[in-house]
Amino acid sequence: MKVSLNWVKDYVNLDLAHHELAEKLTMAGLEVKGIERIGSSWDNVVVGQIAAINPHPNADRLKLATVNTGKELVTVICGAPNIDLEQKVPFASVGAQLIDGHTGKNIVLRPAKIRGVTSQGMICSEKELGISDSHEGIMVLSPDAPVGIPLNEYLGDAILDLDITPNRPDCLSIIGVAREIAALTRQELHLPQVHYEESEIHIDSHVSVDIVAPDLCSRYCASLVLGVKSASSPDWLQQRLRNCGMRPINNIVDVTNYVMLEYGQPLHAFDYDKLGNDKDIHLKQIIVRRAAEEEMITSLDGLKRNLKPDMLVIADEEKPIAIAGVMGGWDSEVTKATSAVLLESANFNRAAIRKESTDLQLQSEASIRFDKGLNPDLPMPALKRATQLLCELSGGKAAKGLIDVYPGRTEPKSIMFPVYQIERLTGLKVSLKEIIETLTFLGFDCEEASSSQVSVSVPYWRSDIQSAADLVEEVVRITGYDKVPTTRLSSPIPARETTMWRDFIGKLRYTMVGFGFQEILTYSLLSLERLQNLSPASELKVKPLKIANPMTREQEFLRTNLRSGILTTLSRNQRYQVGGMKLFEIGKVFLPQGEGLPQEKEMLCAALSGPRTELYWWGHSRLFDFFDAKGIVEALMRKLRLDVSFEIGDDGSLAEEIRANVISDHDKVGIVGLLNSKVIKAFELSGEIYLIELDLEKLMKTVNFQSIRYQPIQRFPVVSRDIALVVNDGIAYQKVAQIVQSFPLVKEVTLFDLYHREQIPKGKKSFALRIVCQSAERTLTDEEVEQTQQQMLDRLQQELGATLRV
Amino acid sequence: MREELEELYLQALAELEAITDLKGLEQWRICYLGKKSRLTQILRSLSTFLLEERRNIGSRSNTIKRALEMALKEKECSLEEALLSSSLGSKEIDITLPGCPMPGGRLHPITQTLEEICQVFQNMGFQVVEGPDVEWDYYNFEALNIPQDHPARDMFATLWIDRNCGEKNRLLRTHTSPMQIRVMEQRRPPIRVIVPGRCYRYEATDATHESMFYQVEGLAVDKNITLADLKGTLFDFCHCLFGEDRGVRFRCDYFPFVEPGVEVAIECLACGGKGCRICGHSGWIEILGAGMVHPDVLRKVDIDPEVYSGFAFGMGVERIPMLRYGIDDIRLFYSNDLRFLKQF
Repeated sequence: MKVSLNWVKDYVNLDLAHHELAEKLTMAGLEVKGIERIGSSWDNVVVGQIAAINPHPNADRLKLATVNTGKELVTVICGAPNIDLEQKVPFASVGAQLIDGHTGKNIVLRPAKIRGVTSQGMICSEKELGISDSHEGIMVLSPDAPVGIPLNEYLGDAILDLDITPNRPDCLSIIGVAREIAALTRQELHLPQVHYEESEIHIDSHVSVDIVAPDLCSRYCASLVLGVKSASSPDWLQQRLRNCGMRPINNIVDVTNYVMLEYGQPLHAFDYDKLGNDKDIHLKQIIVRRAAEEEMITSLDGLKRNLKPDMLVIADEEKPIAIAGVMGGWDSEVTKATSAVLLESANFNRAAIRKESTDLQLQSEASIRFDKGLNPDLPMPALKRATQLLCELSGGKAAKGLIDVYPGRTEPKSIMFPVYQIERLTGLKVSLKEIIETLTFLGFDCEEASSSQVSVSVPYWRSDIQSAADLVEEVVRITGYDKVPTTRLSSPIPARETTMWRDFIGKLRYTMVGFGFQEILTYSLLSLERLQNLSPASELKVKPLKIANPMTREQEFLRTNLRSGILTTLSRNQRYQVGGMKLFEIGKVFLPQGEGLPQEKEMLCAALSGPRTELYWWGHSRLFDFFDAKGIVEALMRKLRLDVSFEIGDDGSLAEEIRANVISDHDKVGIVGLLNSKVIKAFELSGEIYLIELDLEKLMKTVNFQSIRYQPIQRFPVVSRDIALVVNDGIAYQKVAQIVQSFPLVKEVTLFDLYHREQIPKGKKSFALRIVCQSAERTLTDEEVEQTQQQMLDRLQQELGATLRV
Repeated sequence: MREELEELYLQALAELEAITDLKGLEQWRICYLGKKSRLTQILRSLSTFLLEERRNIGSRSNTIKRALEMALKEKECSLEEALLSSSLGSKEIDITLPGCPMPGGRLHPITQTLEEICQVFQNMGFQVVEGPDVEWDYYNFEALNIPQDHPARDMFATLWIDRNCGEKNRLLRTHTSPMQIRVMEQRRPPIRVIVPGRCYRYEATDATHESMFYQVEGLAVDKNITLADLKGTLFDFCHCLFGEDRGVRFRCDYFPFVEPGVEVAIECLACGGKGCRICGHSGWIEILGAGMVHPDVLRKVDIDPEVYSGFAFGMGVERIPMLRYGIDDIRLFYSNDLRFLKQF
């Protein structure tokens, strides 16, 4: 909301500097986002009057104008088509700071000689003064503008740009803001005195109003002004509208906008004569009803609009003449020819207006006020004010009486305010006297009910005030939030609860970072394509949840995995990243559960691509391989003290030969493996990419946080033996290791070489194992170890066909 | 005898001098100090001498033995030292060569910030809890005093999953505030929690707007909790994150689920409060919304607002690293360009 401070001054004194005022308003909840000063640069501009116009001796299209500046007569050259004798105009003398009408740049006016004649100043357009973009002609001021006074005094202003919160539609008005200022500066508010003469003709004989939908329209007031002459509004009014961000149109429309800005009540002006079908019938019928099926209206902006049956319209007997609370109709618009105006000031249901304006995608100054919820007591004072102004500005006369159909009358609200609540809720001590004073300045009627209770009547414009807590805020915000003391919480700290889950996630995160992984955070929303890149739609195990109103197709579905995000990130980074990449994300995936909320499951996903280590002078690097990825999983599991095993995998995104399932407690908790070429292609990746994915909720269940038991350190020496076994290629290492480990003396077995080539028959391979034996009871003898080794070799031979390599 | 002793001594010392390795040293020890050495023989045969000679020779022999033993130890030390230094210093190195690269990953800057925020509040006795990203309309709006068609819904452009089921509409939470309700449904005062989490808005993205962002919600409910406590808590927080000297401002603002409502701003980090482009020339940067939990919200979860009171706050997380590190485009966070992420 743009607020002209000149205008505000009509209702309240402004003694504060602008920035101090802005600060006070901001602190009290009306945030000032900016202050714009209009006319601050008009140092050498005054109101002048055209005293004479003569042709330019050397140019047909230019004229020599003599301007009375109040002090002297000055001759200037002027090319404007609209110049006329006796006009009051803004006159800039040499040295004035203006805006170049063509380039828009700031300039300083200098004496100029055009075709042999010297111009000693300039008559300005609105654009040259920075008032508007209009540059078609010179700005013509009202005939009553006093000649000789500085223009800054006449039209200068300061505009506050206020951010009004949705609870304060009353402050979407100059009076509302003035009232806040009055309360903040402890002074009286002076409201406009409204009175006007009425004619003998009674409004009831010309208009009748019928509210067919009282649920959506709680009040409809109207006045009729006859003998209206449409014209431009006076400068001061135009300037105020402009300063508050509205375009002046004509005196009739301007009055409705002016009063809307002044009171916060939207009004509409109908051309009375255009209402109804039969133009000769004098009693026009206004009906407030829901739109009929397939009804249409052409709105003021010239667009044909289809109405829906739940929309509220203002209609005559025939057809809709306005979309209630949003915009008037084209057919009943006031024009230059208008002579009788029906002014509407009504109250509409906020939800209905909201819906209408959303459905029609049409927001107006009216709709943004109505959809916040206005009070039905507001239309009448605003209507009277508008009627007064219209009579004054258009030369019309109001018909006798006003229409007031008020089916939704509400009782004034009254709250019993226990004043101790202020200190109880805020810690701020305020005396009873101050409380009453503050509330009174804001327009509340207070009556001391007892030493601790005040009976407060809420003024109609404050529909946001519902309870004592609201009154607490009123008192405290006007007193100043900066006066609230600063204390620390003194209430007891609640019993500590277990934070196992968070600790677990945190540990994983730090471990991954320790392994050299970069954490990423990717969007929860994805396109279906990205999800399908992993497996075709027909194979998607879970149908992802769809957003009903996605912002873009890229963000239409809730992710059911983290892979899509991580692979997209990897792909994007591969374009400019040299060297290896290790990325991981820990986050939620969303698995639909019928009509209920989806299961939100925490997952870990990691990807490895490129060289294993950075380029380094000592030793050479190789590419990441399956065992790097598997090693990460194993190390992670060791960190969590989890026993997992690996089985041949079945994940559809991974290469058939190079994939494993991670098994814990007989349950698949994750996967590790090489991305298959289809996925590589779909995500536009290059090189080999290894993927790790772990279901953290499943893992968490198998973690036993109390599982650490101290084991005494073994005192007896270890004996280690290295053996090399030759087995068929098809024999998995795990089988060998299981047999070796089944001997009680074996403490540890480590594979230290895997050999395929020379000296080994085709179709065979060799495992070199270091076997460490130890006993808890005694020092082992060579014979014992020898015996165990022999038994081991026998079993390996029998079960796996393994032979000792010689 | 005496002469022999002296000769032996000098010879032993001379030979010891010439020894260059531990092996030679051991041979020398056996030769001069071993069981079969001449010196040991002399000492063993002392009893055969006359008393005076015995004393004379005996004393000298022992002196020589101790001296040789000492010399042996010294030699042993110097040989070991030489051995060690020769094994280490066998080649000269260029100490300016780069060290072996160690794996070094990083947490996402948002994770780092979240941890920092949570830590500050945990130190004040707040517990971290988390809630669902997909919410019911009821928790996100209704229970927070934002019924259908409430004008405040404009403050929360929403991504919907369902649109026509009223309170049973599912949506992506627009703020972490629904957790206020969920927490109060499950716990009784005293309550002190913070809730980090993702939030979503139906919003076109640009340098300062993202459709997905993180918030941290805070809630404290008990007897006698006041706006002054909120002020103290948040001032402490701001000072922890932005420095003890950072100016903090508390002003009136509106959120339907708190009353009185508060906006907290800090002095602009870029201009120090003088006013610049970043702070919209106001000198202040809003960093969080807060207030006293609305009595209607307390009633919804059966907490008597006449007995209990509480405060709640919610802050955007991205803002904080943006201000601190001078990041001018919020979209950088979730586009995960490693050239960006590796800077934190």
